[in-house]
Amino acid sequence: MRSGRVFVLVCFLTLACVIFFSINRARKGKLPYLRKLPGVDAIREAIGRSTELGKPIVYSPGIAGLSGETGAQTFAALEILSYVAKTAAEYDTRLIVCIRIPEVLPIAEEVVRTGYLSAGKIESYDPNDVRFLSSAQFAYAAGVMGIMERERPGATFLLGGFWAESLMFAEVGNAIGALQIAGTANLHQIQFFVAACDYTIIGEELFAVGAYFSEDPIKRGAISGQDIGKLIAVGLIIAGVILTTFGGAETVDKIVHW
Amino acid sequence: MKKEVPTITTFVVGVIVILDYFFQLGTGTLSLEYFSREIQNWMLIVAAFAMGLAAINLIRLHVVQIRQRKTGWYNSVALIITLVVMSIIGISMGTDSPLYRYWYNALLVPIDATIFSLLAFYITSAAYRAFRARNFDAAVLLVTAFIVMLGRAPIGEQIWSSAPSVANWIMDYPNMAGQRGIIIGSAIGAVSLGLRILVGMERTYLGQD
Repeated sequence: MRSGRVFVLVCFLTLACVIFFSINRARKGKLPYLRKLPGVDAIREAIGRSTELGKPIVYSPGIAGLSGETGAQTFAALEILSYVAKTAAEYDTRLIVCIRIPEVLPIAEEVVRTGYLSAGKIESYDPNDVRFLSSAQFAYAAGVMGIMERERPGATFLLGGFWAESLMFAEVGNAIGALQIAGTANLHQIQFFVAACDYTIIGEELFAVGAYFSEDPIKRGAISGQDIGKLIAVGLIIAGVILTTFGGAETVDKIVHW
Repeated sequence: MKKEVPTITTFVVGVIVILDYFFQLGTGTLSLEYFSREIQNWMLIVAAFAMGLAAINLIRLHVVQIRQRKTGWYNSVALIITLVVMSIIGISMGTDSPLYRYWYNALLVPIDATIFSLLAFYITSAAYRAFRARNFDAAVLLVTAFIVMLGRAPIGEQIWSSAPSVANWIMDYPNMAGQRGIIIGSAIGAVSLGLRILVGMERTYLGQD
């Protein structure tokens, strides 16, 4: 066992047990209630708006890769892309996907192609609309802003891991009058999206969006498991506060670094 | 096969990397650490192949732009010429060669800096809209931001001596509490999604519902 990682392992295993338990419970028919998220409801509205205006949709799954601590955001963005692609295909609305990370490109192509296939509109799928722009951050930013300016989309989706380019995209989208739905778990970019976009999906909501579009008990059950995980986290925080207040700071430190 | 192979590969690779994070098992080339490192090296190789695919996508798209003489087609010509020239220089002379470094430093770096500097204008326009006190929430944001800015700017302390300490309190307590809430929620969400992908319950990324 690597030193200092026992507590992390215990937390990980507890969370895994809670999530799988919740998924099993949902599979047995006990689907959890999901509260409404305005940003999620607005996704269909945004696609509909683009359709009415006869304008395309621009989708950016962020600039994070598939691995590391921000990789999950890219997977969440691809999950949402699957729904957006299917709905855009049903509405006969053009969808332009802008990619920064080369490894994400074949996955995004497959996700979009499957979306068109599910909608029975595979003939409308244009591989040139899933575009790799550049792996350099600001070259990608310039590319996305250029596409927004030229194509004048009716809606933009900025979902995934974003850094300094977040506000550039959001401001350009705002300037061209697009309905903007943005979401990231990158803490320092959330406020930019809140300031400049119509709807913002904050932090963990990004990972929950997929469940809203699906009756799949696995996705819905996992959301319920996450809530139990948060309750456990709150319990641990309260226990830590009590222990620290009554002189047990060393004990807390020992447990955390066990 | 199209479904099973990626799922099994994801599971095996994911389990090895997770186990390596927690445990030190085996020695030398039979250790978890060795396998984990090898997997991460393979990731780089796969990424290199993906870069090739991405370059093909990029060239295909811009060749179509040029052929159809779409608006701004000459930009596509510039892109393809730059891509080809930089690739030839990089492959033949190396990325550390003076010629490659010259073009990199003389072209890409200033353009990158220019794009980045646009952010200052975007921040100003976004702040103008965000700080309009249209409702109670926006008014709270405006007042809080004003106090924090006052506390962070040298002139703030001259105007109001307590401004830095009030700004620090806002950043260290209410702000930090909110940030940590988002971080904990996001981390749990990421673990949940990661676990579903690991055991093959989540396959949307493979193009499957």
